[in-house]
Amino acid sequence: MSASATAEPTRRDMLYISTAAVGAIGVAAVAWPFVDQMNPDASALALASIEVDVSAVEVGQSIKVKWRGKPVFIRNRTEKELEEANAVPLDELPDANARNANLPGDAQATDENRAATGKEPWLVMIGVCTHLGCIPLMNAGDYDGYFCPCHGSHYDTAGRIRKGPAPENLHIPPYEFLSDTNIKIG
Amino acid sequence: MSEYSKFQSQNRFVKWMEARLPIVSLAYNETFGFYSPKNLSYFWTFGAILTFMLVAQIVTGIVLVMHYTPHVDMAFNSVEHIMRDVNYGWLLRYLHANGASMFFIAVYIHIFRGLYYGSYKAPREVLWILGVIIYLLMMATGFMGYVLPWGQMSFWGATVITNLFSAFPLVGESIVQWLWGGFSVGNPALQRFFSLHYLLPFMIAAVVILHIWALHVVGNGNPTGVEPKSRQDMAPFAPHVLMKDAFALMLFCIFFGWFVFYIPNYLGHPDNYIQADPLVTPPHIVPEWYYLPFYAILRAIPDKLGGVIAMFGAILVLFILPWLDTSKVRSGAYRSLWFKTAFWLFAVDCVILGWLGSQPAEPVYVTAAQFGTAYYFGYFFIILPLLGFFEKPKPLPASISDAVLAKNGGSAHPADATSAPETRG
Amino acid sequence: MKTMIKSTVAAACLASAFALASVPATAAEEGHHLEQLSWSFAGPFGRYDQAQLQRGFKIYREVCSACHSMELVSFRNLADPGGPGFTEEQVKALAEEYTIKDGPNEEGEMFERPGKPSDKFPSPFPNAEAAKYANNGAHPPDFSLLAKARGPHRGFPWFLFDVFTQYQEGGPDYIHAILTGYEESPECGADFEGYYNTAFTVGGVPEGCKENGHSTIAGTYIAMAPPLFDELVEYEDGTATTVDQYAKDVAAFMMWAAEPKLEQRKRIGFMAMIYMIVLAGMLYFVKKKLWANIDH
Repeated sequence: MSASATAEPTRRDMLYISTAAVGAIGVAAVAWPFVDQMNPDASALALASIEVDVSAVEVGQSIKVKWRGKPVFIRNRTEKELEEANAVPLDELPDANARNANLPGDAQATDENRAATGKEPWLVMIGVCTHLGCIPLMNAGDYDGYFCPCHGSHYDTAGRIRKGPAPENLHIPPYEFLSDTNIKIG
Repeated sequence: MSEYSKFQSQNRFVKWMEARLPIVSLAYNETFGFYSPKNLSYFWTFGAILTFMLVAQIVTGIVLVMHYTPHVDMAFNSVEHIMRDVNYGWLLRYLHANGASMFFIAVYIHIFRGLYYGSYKAPREVLWILGVIIYLLMMATGFMGYVLPWGQMSFWGATVITNLFSAFPLVGESIVQWLWGGFSVGNPALQRFFSLHYLLPFMIAAVVILHIWALHVVGNGNPTGVEPKSRQDMAPFAPHVLMKDAFALMLFCIFFGWFVFYIPNYLGHPDNYIQADPLVTPPHIVPEWYYLPFYAILRAIPDKLGGVIAMFGAILVLFILPWLDTSKVRSGAYRSLWFKTAFWLFAVDCVILGWLGSQPAEPVYVTAAQFGTAYYFGYFFIILPLLGFFEKPKPLPASISDAVLAKNGGSAHPADATSAPETRG
Repeated sequence: MKTMIKSTVAAACLASAFALASVPATAAEEGHHLEQLSWSFAGPFGRYDQAQLQRGFKIYREVCSACHSMELVSFRNLADPGGPGFTEEQVKALAEEYTIKDGPNEEGEMFERPGKPSDKFPSPFPNAEAAKYANNGAHPPDFSLLAKARGPHRGFPWFLFDVFTQYQEGGPDYIHAILTGYEESPECGADFEGYYNTAFTVGGVPEGCKENGHSTIAGTYIAMAPPLFDELVEYEDGTATTVDQYAKDVAAFMMWAAEPKLEQRKRIGFMAMIYMIVLAGMLYFVKKKLWANIDH
């Protein structure tokens, strides 16, 4: 086309370019609903929090509840488990981050930071191996904590990764104790 | 404007590709290298609009399937889940539901344009027949899509339409049970309709490719009906015709948007917001508006089998239309007043049949529909075959350029292309 | 050019006639005139009146919900944008006033618990059969979609005008008409079961009220007893406590329940329309420029 031969854009070129630009904006705007429809919908978001009654969980016992389609391990830990967890120096941990959604992102992976303040025996974690998403076995593995049978990841009694391919400690979901026996997750 | 010549490229990758799969030259030659008559009116933009609608329906449909559940117990509620909970679900569903109607509005304008300007006449018979196949596939797709929300009209529409096949002697009952996968419309029917509703649009897309292929072999018709004699009579498809199509498409989208955003349930039926109940028939069953003329023809014939044959015949007659019309002149614009009168009567007849199809089956409406049906078939089987022998057509222009010149008052002044308010319903 | 416009207009008429040939008919009787009220949510810029939706919800809760379910609506929806505008806390407190059947628990038993915002509104009857049995064989319809599942019959030529006037409020008009349409039985149907309603049109007409097969009365008999009376529900905002006002408020609430995304739809629609008109204008000039040197 002759117009494109000139160096300066002509008025006609400006019309073409601006029309194409406006058209492109429209395409992008139309694309968004088609992308966004795959995001969690309103009914899924509404189920984002659950309340769990843990009054029946004795020391040394665990329960598993479902939150957002994933298992959450809730364990009432024994003294021995707490001691074992506290005895580990931080520099021995492959992942020194607490991975606790209730704490700042840079919190250290001490045992206190893996539990709620004043509720140290209670360990509330998402029971999904940080390697590739299998569910670890409870009370298993080389560190008396959790063991993922899929690819052999060992977690200790605070759910911290100690050995195996998993890169991170088991994640801790946002939760709070509404009372001594009632936990709200999410 | 410089002429666009056949595709050539010095780019090494393009040359490498061209030697293996000449897709770049194909795309170039069929757009920049494809020429249309320069006198096409806005009626010729509906092909592009229909292509857009097909893509829009497929895209919105694929997305809706991500949330829809084809099961009698869940279908209705899953549609409401889309409407209430899914992000922009209401928009996607209203686009798809109203899009079906827009698709049919566009296809009817496209078909009537073809009927008026003789687009079915030699050498475009195959192009026309492929179009009729697309139309038939659209009817099937639209019907099965309407069943999926599993409302009262979905269910009873499906029941009535599938029961049409019971009219066939001997095998009728067996065919209907085979269609249903049971003894009434139920879950097996819903699931197979869903499967086919997903399949058919891709078959439509395949036939559309053939349709466009055939178009690119014989070229566009045009309002004069005179074939282009030289490049003087033509304009390149891209960018000239394409940009005109884009403008018309945008007007059509405004019309579409009016329905989607402001009257999304206007073309639907309130009863379809009631979940299907096999024990209660709505007092008044009507199919979607785009089937109404054929529904009226069905009810106009007092015999069950005869009604079904007439209904299907009303569509199938389009297949043999190229051989029914005996006129030597292609374009209706150059045919006699007799043809124009008969054509517009036919158009009005179709609208009236559509309205009658929506009315209850009372004697006065049925009688009116019988007259309408008689004219419908009379137009194809009596008027078109005979008119060609009797009428005296107007003299044809020597070329398209001549016709344009005459239209513009003999001056070479560029025509002031005016936006046509065509999409304003 | 003139001929083009002429033929285009003709085609547009044809197309619209096709488009409109579908009569959104309902069970409503031919020719019966329904009062068209002015709703805040009508028209291209329509929005729900939050106070009205809250009043309507109050009526649903205190009157209608005794028989009518609303299965597709969740408590959380009451706090959604474009809705009645309750706060999250109000919704949570409200949900807790309801008892929801849940389960099974670890012992395999179903149990009852207070409602949560994510719960759907519980139904007054466990199933359709129970609802029918409790209501003399008439199933009180679910409220979730009723405002879109009912409407007046829009005969020719009204349905043509509706495209331009954007009339989509037939449902609330019909609901309001029914709630205010109860009257003394006419002579011809005095012994008929149910309640005489001049707007209700589903179901049969007593034989005595027919002449040559056509009904001589407006409406027919409805199984639902008149549900609303003046001063039945208390309003805190000083709105008139009349049947007419109640009917309007609950009809508006039902429209929201059936079409909760109406405000979002109209807002996005306005932006989309403006955008498309601008782009259409630009494309027109692009097209005009391209064709400037071609005599067509």
